[in-house]
Amino acid sequence: MKHIFAALILSVIAAPLSAQDNVKSFTLANGMEGVVIEDHRSPVVVNMVWYRAGAADEPRGKSGIAHMLEHLLFKGTENLAPGEFSKTVAANGGSDNAFTAKDYTAYFQRVAADRLELMMKMEADRMRNLRISEEDVLTERDVVLEERNQRTDSDPSALFGEQRTAAQYLNHPYGIPIIGWRHEAEKLSRADALAFYETYYSPNNAILVVAGDVTTADVQALAEKHFGPLEPSLDLPVRARVSEPPHLAERRLKFSDERVAQPYIIRSYLAPERNAGEQSEAAALTILAELLGGSSQTSFLGKRLQFDEQIAVYSSAFYSGQSLDATTFGLVVVPAANVSLQDAEDALDRVVAEFLEQPINQEQMGRIKQQIKASEIYGRDSLRGLANSYGSALTQGLTLKDVAAWPEVLAAVTEEDIKAAAAKVFDRRQAVTGWLMRKGEEQ
Amino acid sequence: MRIFLTALSTLILIPLSALAIDIQEVKSKGGFTAWLVEEHSIPFVSIDISFKGGASLDLPGKRGATNLMVGLLEEGTGDMDARDFAAAAEGLAASFGFDAYNDSVSISAKMLTENRDQAVALLRRALIEPRFDQVSIDRVKSQVQSIILSDSKNPEDIASRAFSAAAFGDHPYGSGLNGTEESVEGLNRDDLIAAHHNAMAQDRIFIGASGDITPDELAALLDDLLGDLPAVGAPMPKQAEYQLTNGVTVIPYETPQSVAVFGHQGIERHDDDFFAAFILNHVFGGAGFESRLMSEVREKRGLTYGIGSSLYSLDHGQLFIGQVASSNDRMAEVITVVTDEWTRMAESGLTAEELSAAKTFLTGAYPLRFDGNSRIAGILTGMQSTGLDIAYPDTRNDKVNAVTLADIARIAKRLMRPEDLRYVVVGQPDDVENTD
Repeated sequence: MKHIFAALILSVIAAPLSAQDNVKSFTLANGMEGVVIEDHRSPVVVNMVWYRAGAADEPRGKSGIAHMLEHLLFKGTENLAPGEFSKTVAANGGSDNAFTAKDYTAYFQRVAADRLELMMKMEADRMRNLRISEEDVLTERDVVLEERNQRTDSDPSALFGEQRTAAQYLNHPYGIPIIGWRHEAEKLSRADALAFYETYYSPNNAILVVAGDVTTADVQALAEKHFGPLEPSLDLPVRARVSEPPHLAERRLKFSDERVAQPYIIRSYLAPERNAGEQSEAAALTILAELLGGSSQTSFLGKRLQFDEQIAVYSSAFYSGQSLDATTFGLVVVPAANVSLQDAEDALDRVVAEFLEQPINQEQMGRIKQQIKASEIYGRDSLRGLANSYGSALTQGLTLKDVAAWPEVLAAVTEEDIKAAAAKVFDRRQAVTGWLMRKGEEQ
Repeated sequence: MRIFLTALSTLILIPLSALAIDIQEVKSKGGFTAWLVEEHSIPFVSIDISFKGGASLDLPGKRGATNLMVGLLEEGTGDMDARDFAAAAEGLAASFGFDAYNDSVSISAKMLTENRDQAVALLRRALIEPRFDQVSIDRVKSQVQSIILSDSKNPEDIASRAFSAAAFGDHPYGSGLNGTEESVEGLNRDDLIAAHHNAMAQDRIFIGASGDITPDELAALLDDLLGDLPAVGAPMPKQAEYQLTNGVTVIPYETPQSVAVFGHQGIERHDDDFFAAFILNHVFGGAGFESRLMSEVREKRGLTYGIGSSLYSLDHGQLFIGQVASSNDRMAEVITVVTDEWTRMAESGLTAEELSAAKTFLTGAYPLRFDGNSRIAGILTGMQSTGLDIAYPDTRNDKVNAVTLADIARIAKRLMRPEDLRYVVVGQPDDVENTD
């Protein structure tokens, strides 16, 4: 039975990609990169434009502007009226949307392969020709505040996550929520949006990713035609965020709310991310997360806490190495009824220590590696999943070569690598431990 | 993300398929029928199996039995306990999904070609001889209880549960399929065995498959996998009578944003005017950004992040409902706008331009719905359980195109009844009166 709290966690075994023969890339003269993933199973194409600009690139005090600008990109250009972009996609039987993360903003359409050119033409248009009115901005700001209401302020677990993340980063902007702190988001202006747009939305800061029933030559020709004429930005900022100072003191926080149904404890440690040309430590942490808390039934935490001791109704370990800057390694325990958060945390610490002392179960390691291999096969089934993987890797500091090498780097991870990575990451001075509690039941 | 609509909007029951797709009917020696799309370029297969009936077969006083039973299928079989079973599945890198819905129990499997026989043998044991040992029952019960508790504090769940309860009363559709804290506590091993026998029988199976498998291989696989299930299960549930009147129910809940579920009785999916209703809902609140509700409530007024409506046509009861979240001080305005739109649609239907744009979208989007083996397998199962024939994909767009403005006007009058409109609002909305 899958537990509801599984939704807390990013799936770790998410399609590692290898260098497939069907993945090709090119770069236009203005600096725009292109990646093409050919898949001729059905006459469909996914067209995506990724910008190397996300919430962590925002100016101080303007939190939420990357995301609000994403909304505003649907509000019209010199050539398209507000809403006409999506209306045109729909009139061609397609669907479109966009998303903002800390390291990137991406726009996509899913359409019949023979409509690709129109999509590229419209994306090229809004890369440089955005036109938004003061009124559009004010209405959309209300929408964004309702989005924050719905997804964060109405959800104690999301509020708790926001507080924990803010405590995790002492200096780096990853501590700031993507949707923005309310007091800042409600003051964002048209000028703020346009300033961010003019700084970051340019061909030399963008990556085109096209997956589906197309050929690389055709996509490149269309890209030359529509994106090629766009002027590159000459003053694109160097992408270097402020970094973290040494973490010297453990942080602990308790959050209680009337609306909490199920208390839990979550601890995250600052952890290294995948970097171009050096992914082995991240690979070791990826496998560590699987061994410790990947499967509820067979992982070390799951076996001990959910089965042997029945202290937890759910437990997990999570790590996502794909991040431009330092990421986190996390542990979660949802205690069984009548188990206190203190007892749950003590049990977690005891079981993790036990894991570190014992030799690694080689059968379990073999099963995990088999699953990683298989996820590559299953991953090829989804165009959008493939396009996402490449777009996010390239906007988070990796190259196609790193993406190609990743499965081999994972396969090469040894017991010693895992123990060494664990010893380094499990340092309480760089950890945030949070307790989510019911109001009136604070411990 | 620019839009994030809740699960509500995925409930449209127009079955889907793609035009360029070749669907084969496969009949096994043991009497199973499956629809198959062969696709050998990636070495795995997706198989989707649906047992009609689902959680609505829960016996009186045993609400949650089918759901708990399905949750226990992966928790051990024969001499394997939950951990042994998971280890075996993980070692094969097979993925098995077991889900209970209102009208079905669904099994979705993804299996690598290289070890498919072993994966089928493992899945067979889970389906045919689940262990239901007490330790697992207790553990999964505590997980279900934790979910029930979480849902009880979630404004969206509170609103839809209250709407369903008022709409369908004592019928299983009137309560959550997880059951209640008390009903789940009372379930024992015998209840689970009965639920398994009632819900997972050969007389109610629909099968879709897509991927790296031939028709002969699939036929043999199905006989192995399903041949030892009981021949006959429990009779289907009775029709659920719609019991709700118009008005507003306010459920006080401390939160900055109210959630509203609104609507009234819907339409059967076998109704002659279902296609017209489907198009009407698409324009009204089903089309995401292009819908009237999104345009009026979000784009023009900034009152919400998302609003949508859907034809919730279950096998034994139907709703036409929507959902929206808005700040407590703006919900009253949302309700006014929604009611006005409901009335406008009932009175004047669609414009020629709206109908034409909807047809263009729906017919153009149809072939794109095939996105990979897992999706296709699910679509094939859905088509069969809805009673559509195998050639349906070739005629579906013609049926959409055949809908006229007169059809729309007729269904608009019948389907959209502002005088029956009920809102269930969870939160602390300003100036919204409870009429109960």
